[in-house]
Amino acid sequence: MLEMRDIEKTFPGVKALRGVTLSVGKGEVHALLGENGAGKSTLMKILAGAQGKDGGIIRIDGNEVDIKGPLHARELGIAIIYQELSILSHLSVAENIFLGCLPRVARVPWLVDWKSCYQRASELLTQVGLDIDPRTPASRLKVADRQLVEIAKAVSGKAKIVVMDEPTTSLTQREVETLFKTARLLQSRGVSIIYVSHRLVEVKEICDRATVLRDGLKIATVEVADTTSKDWVKMMVGRDLDQLFPKATAKRGREALRVDNIKSRKLKNVSFCAFEGEILGIAGLVGSGRSTLARTIFGAENGVTGTIAILGTKVAIRTPLDAIKQGIALVPEDRRIQGLVLPMTVRENITLANLRGISRAGNLNLRRESKVADDYVGALHIATPHINQTTVNLSGGNQQKVVLAKWLYSDAKILIIDEPTRGIDVGAKTEIYELLQQLVEQGKTIIMISSELPELIGMSDRIIVMHEGSITGELTRDQFSEEAIMSHASAVTQ
Amino acid sequence: MKPHDAHKNGAKASRLTAPTGLSFVYGRFSEQLVPAIFLVALIIGLSLVSPNFLSVDNFLDIARVASIIGIMAVGMTIVVLTGGIDLSVGSTFALAAVVTAALIPSSFSDAPFALGLYLPVPLAILVGLAIGTLIGLVNGFVIAKSRVEPFIVTLATMAFVRGLTYLFTGGFPTIFRPIPPEFAWVGQGDVLGLPTPTIFFVLVIIMGIWITRRTTFGRSVYAIGGNEEASHLSGIKVQWIKIQAYGLMGALAALSGIILSSRMAAAQPTAGLTYELDVIAGVVIGGTSLLGGRGSIMSTVVGVFILGVISNGLNIAGVPTYYQYVIKGLLVIFAVGLDTHLRKKQRR
Repeated sequence: MLEMRDIEKTFPGVKALRGVTLSVGKGEVHALLGENGAGKSTLMKILAGAQGKDGGIIRIDGNEVDIKGPLHARELGIAIIYQELSILSHLSVAENIFLGCLPRVARVPWLVDWKSCYQRASELLTQVGLDIDPRTPASRLKVADRQLVEIAKAVSGKAKIVVMDEPTTSLTQREVETLFKTARLLQSRGVSIIYVSHRLVEVKEICDRATVLRDGLKIATVEVADTTSKDWVKMMVGRDLDQLFPKATAKRGREALRVDNIKSRKLKNVSFCAFEGEILGIAGLVGSGRSTLARTIFGAENGVTGTIAILGTKVAIRTPLDAIKQGIALVPEDRRIQGLVLPMTVRENITLANLRGISRAGNLNLRRESKVADDYVGALHIATPHINQTTVNLSGGNQQKVVLAKWLYSDAKILIIDEPTRGIDVGAKTEIYELLQQLVEQGKTIIMISSELPELIGMSDRIIVMHEGSITGELTRDQFSEEAIMSHASAVTQ
Repeated sequence: MKPHDAHKNGAKASRLTAPTGLSFVYGRFSEQLVPAIFLVALIIGLSLVSPNFLSVDNFLDIARVASIIGIMAVGMTIVVLTGGIDLSVGSTFALAAVVTAALIPSSFSDAPFALGLYLPVPLAILVGLAIGTLIGLVNGFVIAKSRVEPFIVTLATMAFVRGLTYLFTGGFPTIFRPIPPEFAWVGQGDVLGLPTPTIFFVLVIIMGIWITRRTTFGRSVYAIGGNEEASHLSGIKVQWIKIQAYGLMGALAALSGIILSSRMAAAQPTAGLTYELDVIAGVVIGGTSLLGGRGSIMSTVVGVFILGVISNGLNIAGVPTYYQYVIKGLLVIFAVGLDTHLRKKQRR
């Protein structure tokens, strides 16, 4: 059905794919496994025509194809459901489903045939198990329903190959079952599915074969029935899990941060505390308010009530600058948009949050700045040809280290880190974990938000779980398990 | 390569490439090389075509003409580096000039109402500069607080301030009978054989380079233009920096206006019309990106001189002025296109 052979792709600073081969049979559900940064998303983007390839060939039904763009991919029968949903919230559900190919009135093809549009949309929605009016604006849908609309959209194009990229990240157990039912329905009609996921339990349940990628290389393709999830993890990580997480419990110190009754549009009465020498994990589904909470503590959200105390003293934090002065740092979720000034150099990014440290009366001391930057590049092993390299050209892991260096130089005592290792390759991941471990051993406080449960379980001393803007559970190390976290995160216990 | 090895090399390399010398003044060199080469080629080409071009007098003339636009272009560079733009510079230029002129003893105008107030020349100039600064600060304040596009805000200010200028003068020029020597010096004098406008320009360039390369303010300007959100989350006072950038722009527009009125020995209410075009063209042709965060003062100086040399060369060659507009327009399109192309290439 589909064959991708010897696919190559290079980004500035990182070789994303090195001769990857993937073949998927008709009506097969094929899992694509790998750590973040292994190259799964890149491979799928190439298939979807969202990115060009540097080398290799793609065959569909034995015919070599040159995928020119997203629209062309769609014509070839390839549908992709991205990790980040591509629903346009100001359009109706039906418009979203037929985006770019709305049914036309037969005789006047520049007019949209709304009647058949809504009718066909209705049928598709029934197929994916979503009982809503297709005229509903997409903005009113829950995250899970949007996912189903995405699938309806994929199916509408008479897709032969459907790619599901992390489809269950933000779904509850029941919604996952609906999704699987839809997937099996597609499968029975001869549609091939490429299933990209971290949830190995799901892979076991629904997939026939699995291909494992690591650092842009294909490690193996295996029969799901003949192997265990342990085998896959070993292939994905290249070593055992306990080697990946260098966890050692540090000495717990004073109460560094106390948050009481934080309320805002998206947060409902959130209270918690974090201690010196502790890594506090925050778990929850996408949209549960984790990142909003982080931004709120950092003074980057408006319309907030509640109190924040640092080392027992109440503080007023209205802007990020206030937070920085109190020794709080935020390593944001999307480092390219919120964390770094990409056109600036490594040196300029490292000192950005503490320009006072390298200046006197507003005058920069560039010699001193170079020294500071050199020191942090050395201490954090940032792989850059020189400190005057612009950060656009660094790999994800090194960019993340630059963001961390920025906050270390600003002398932060409390680091809030949102998705610390998203889009970072395995080797750099361990280095980041080691760094976090060193920091808590120095008595700093780390609040780590993550969607990756193994990471939370592997590195946290304590985990709080959020659901729809409130804290629904708190777990200590002996209570950690993926099941426990997920049941709090989808509020099953309530 | 292991990260550790990379670091060893990195440390060595970074010391070699510390931001000193030419790259310190000129910013990231390679990107802005194209306009500089273009300027050199232009000068060589024109010298070959016209023997009159290559003379000290002609170059001093180019420098003096370029100074008026150049002083404003330095301020505009800083505004553009924040990701903004200021269309009101021509109007600010005119208002500062007519107010300063009206305050200078021996000035005369047919304006329906006169200030009837005369100040010593330095004080009159200070008032003009203060008015320019104030207009700039208001621009900056509205842009920072309302989050309306700088293009729209300053378009409005452009009309508003031009209107004030006409109201203040009644449409009549202000002239001097005679011009006081201190004021004449500002635009007509010379220091060590260099015309004073050029001296002012050089001082403004030095100040601009110092601000952009050596101060926390300048660093913040680049950071905001490069990524406003990340700058805010790094504790940079984004709004305040923007307000200051537009304030400085206003002051420099006023300075430029005052210099020209001295040089012309008259302040016209129509002075500075369409100057925003020349100023922005100079910035863009030099290679500073309209999207913000990338560019430098020196590249703007190159851009301003490209415009100056072209218009001078065409004048010597006897080409009608109208063609100069066409050429200017083409150059701007070319420069912006090149910048966009380079950015795309880098992103990939």
